[in-house]
Amino acid sequence: MNFAILRFPGSNCDFDALHVLTSVVPGATARFAWHKETELGSCDAVVVPGGFSYGDYLRAGAMAAHSPILGAVRAFAERGGPVLGICNGFQILCEAGLLDGVLVRNASLRFECRDVHLVVEGRPTHWTAAIPAGRILKMPIAHAEGRYLHAEIDVLEREGRVLFRYADAAGGVDAAANPNGSTNNIAGVASRRGNVVGLMPHPERAAEAILGSSDGRLLFESLVARGGRV
Amino acid sequence: MTPEVSVALAAEHGLSPEEFERICTLLGRTPTYTELGIFSVMWSEHCSYKSSRVHLKQLPTSGPRVIQGPGENAGVVDIGDGDALIFKMESHNHPSFIEPYQGAATGVGGILRDVFTMGARPIACLDSLRFGRPDHPRTPHLIEGVVAGIAGYGNAFGVPTIGGDVAFDASYDGNILVNAMAVGIAPRDRIFLGCASGVGNPVLYIGAKTGRDGIHGATMASAEFDDESDAKRPTVQVGDPFTEKLLLEACLELMATDVLVGIQDMGAAGLTSSSVEMAGRAGSGLELDLDRVPRRETGMTPYELMLSESQERMLLVAQAGRESEVLALCDKWDIDAAVVGRVTESGKIVVTSGGEVVAAIPIAPLVEGLKYERPMARPEWQSRVQTLELPPPPADLGQALLAVLGSPSVASKEWVWRQYDHMVGDRTVVRPGSDAAVVRIIGSAKGVAATSGCNSRFCYLDPYEGAKLAVAEAYRNLSATGAEPLAVTDCLNFGNPERPEIMWQFAEAVRGIADACRALETPVVSGNVSLYNETDGQAIQPTPMIGMVGLLVRADRSVTQPFKAGQQEIALLGTNSDEIGGTEYLYVVHGRTAGRPPRIDLAREAAVGRAARELGQAGLIASAHDCSEGGLAVALAECCITGKLPIGATIELGDPMRGDLLLFSEAPSRIVISYPAAAAEQVQAIAERNQAPLQRLGTTGDHRLIIRSAGEPLVDLALAELISVYCNGFRRVVEGAA
Repeated sequence: MNFAILRFPGSNCDFDALHVLTSVVPGATARFAWHKETELGSCDAVVVPGGFSYGDYLRAGAMAAHSPILGAVRAFAERGGPVLGICNGFQILCEAGLLDGVLVRNASLRFECRDVHLVVEGRPTHWTAAIPAGRILKMPIAHAEGRYLHAEIDVLEREGRVLFRYADAAGGVDAAANPNGSTNNIAGVASRRGNVVGLMPHPERAAEAILGSSDGRLLFESLVARGGRV
Repeated sequence: MTPEVSVALAAEHGLSPEEFERICTLLGRTPTYTELGIFSVMWSEHCSYKSSRVHLKQLPTSGPRVIQGPGENAGVVDIGDGDALIFKMESHNHPSFIEPYQGAATGVGGILRDVFTMGARPIACLDSLRFGRPDHPRTPHLIEGVVAGIAGYGNAFGVPTIGGDVAFDASYDGNILVNAMAVGIAPRDRIFLGCASGVGNPVLYIGAKTGRDGIHGATMASAEFDDESDAKRPTVQVGDPFTEKLLLEACLELMATDVLVGIQDMGAAGLTSSSVEMAGRAGSGLELDLDRVPRRETGMTPYELMLSESQERMLLVAQAGRESEVLALCDKWDIDAAVVGRVTESGKIVVTSGGEVVAAIPIAPLVEGLKYERPMARPEWQSRVQTLELPPPPADLGQALLAVLGSPSVASKEWVWRQYDHMVGDRTVVRPGSDAAVVRIIGSAKGVAATSGCNSRFCYLDPYEGAKLAVAEAYRNLSATGAEPLAVTDCLNFGNPERPEIMWQFAEAVRGIADACRALETPVVSGNVSLYNETDGQAIQPTPMIGMVGLLVRADRSVTQPFKAGQQEIALLGTNSDEIGGTEYLYVVHGRTAGRPPRIDLAREAAVGRAARELGQAGLIASAHDCSEGGLAVALAECCITGKLPIGATIELGDPMRGDLLLFSEAPSRIVISYPAAAAEQVQAIAERNQAPLQRLGTTGDHRLIIRSAGEPLVDLALAELISVYCNGFRRVVEGAA
């Protein structure tokens, strides 16, 4: 599986994703795709990494959604290609309309960096098909604007497009386990078709035991194991 | 209208009549207005180190691992396998007090540039912060702003902020400290220096455009505060971490080619200091054409262009004929770039604007600056504060422990570091909150540990001993994680050096750092001096902040402070003492800052450190935590409550001394360790081999911390009580009582 990792000038988890997809996940290869390009080139999946795309002084991801490379990502997604947005990548995909909903300032009004637990659920997608429903994953978050809101949250829920929910270590979903005030503790969602997925926590920071968790690898391995099929 | 240059105008620039006279003699004429500006910043305390230089000479700066000592943008040490660590600490105290968010943010930006200008990708930041009394009306606002500023800049730039410390004292009411440290990694044969060599080579400006912000920041940092300091807000720069990120990537890509000759960031005193210092190091001259400087405001005068401290700018010297390669790369990253001058052999800096020469100054006297041997005198109050009549012990030692553990200087700083992205980069193995943080070196088994801090109360009571203790504590923090301490960067924060007692404090502290660094074989490779930290004659406690980096052969064997399991043995490397002077206990429980700091035997410190490192890297111990603020009792409490799950302990002490002194003495060279009973023999053998005393303390388990001495109960507390005060002690300062 060959991954294209988008590189905006303010991306700062670009090298982290590259490291995980070249040195950690078996069967994965990766390269950067520069934001000024209009073509992705040959690839099997796209990762939109975390960071501050163009500084994000406006709304997080607002400018990146209109960048040249996003046109190519949109075409790739329309063909059913798997796309994963992490943190700022999730914000960008929401701004670009590839995912529903918006991510606004954390309820605490502060940047939050710490480990959280996620419970996996929803319909199978490229990025989660190999992870059993109900599995608890430990991963870090690091964001100031991760509070997920959606105008028709019931529809999203009904369609099984909520993939990750903030939970406690035992899987309990309640307000105490919600780090940012997201509606229904939502940490990650899928597109209607299921090939585009975004989440605020950082799977690429939780891909090796020495960093405290290797649960994040499951997302990438899920895709690689099934050769990009759901 | 260009003001007329006179002694009075020079005085407004912080130059004394003698200094002005010297400028006139040097030039053989009255300086132009632009020249006066250039002299005033280059000869400011901040840039020239004119009061401190004679003392800094004492510091040991060389060693087998040192690649670059002081005098460059940052220090460089060899960590093997072709890698080098580049690191430095710097203050941004004055701006952070006036405008906490931007002051702290640009402090982080400045120190990052110092590190990546030498070719390193920054892999960690640490911030040591000092605030005034927790209940001072301004304190919560200052904490909020400073922490948000550090987070806002570092998080967006993409460097993990992994450590530092925060403490409070009334002496910082009018002068907070923001000391930022950055650590980067680079191939050891690809280190770039700030050197303008090669006559005819082009000088290029890259990065953000120049505005009027920060003019005379360096001069502001070289004067005391008074009632009008708020009016200095316009001299605080504004940071843009996004542009800094572009600059970083552009610089690193440029450095991967062979087009660069030298490079330096435009920090304090902006275009002036970068150009003058680069030419000074090369012994060359420089021509600058200000008409070509990218700018974001109209009508800027040569004086303003030379003195602006606009952020996110670099000056570089490229190989002649290869300007276009630099310009193309800057275009890729969408940053401004322009050829603004060339290297000459004149030994002068010649600045033109509109075809006219506006400054022509010999470089040597500008960079050699001034050197003062200011008068020193031991303060008349020094002996008085060192006298301590032992107060009677408190009735309830458990309550005393809760009071000390909940003191804002001791309590958990999670509120702070949760706002810092401390994991970006995929390197953070030990996160903030332990003795030292650890980042791994990707592609190897190795790790880098880093710590920064200083107990200023000890330095106030005895600057020489206090400085030694600060170095020893940093050394101990690293050793506890298992890292071999390599080298030091320091940030020396003091009051007004024109006062003999401040100068004495400074000299004593530098002597203490020098002695400790020599004994512990940790040379000082970079640093910064921040003087004039005083307001209306009230100086801060002397605060020689020590940043230290260490190397772990195996990052996966980094040791952290909390107990890991029940039924494990607890022991102390080192020995207890009843020295209580200058302790947090004395301050919190008895309201006193008095006595002498504890004595330190540096050979003992080294022995305890060696033993801890060997134990850690051998994988024998489950936890290690040094005894510092709050003494043995606080160290034990932190071991119990800072892990994923709280684990209690039962401790039996036998030292023949008063209970409160035993619990709360801050005697150095002590590390609390825990290990499975099966490892006890090996632990004993390693301690003995390293000549480190080892004293069995007790056993982990249950949900209480019980400390007895000679069978008598001293402390018996539920962990929940400890957790409550520890978690809220700091947070309530900013958020109010929960």
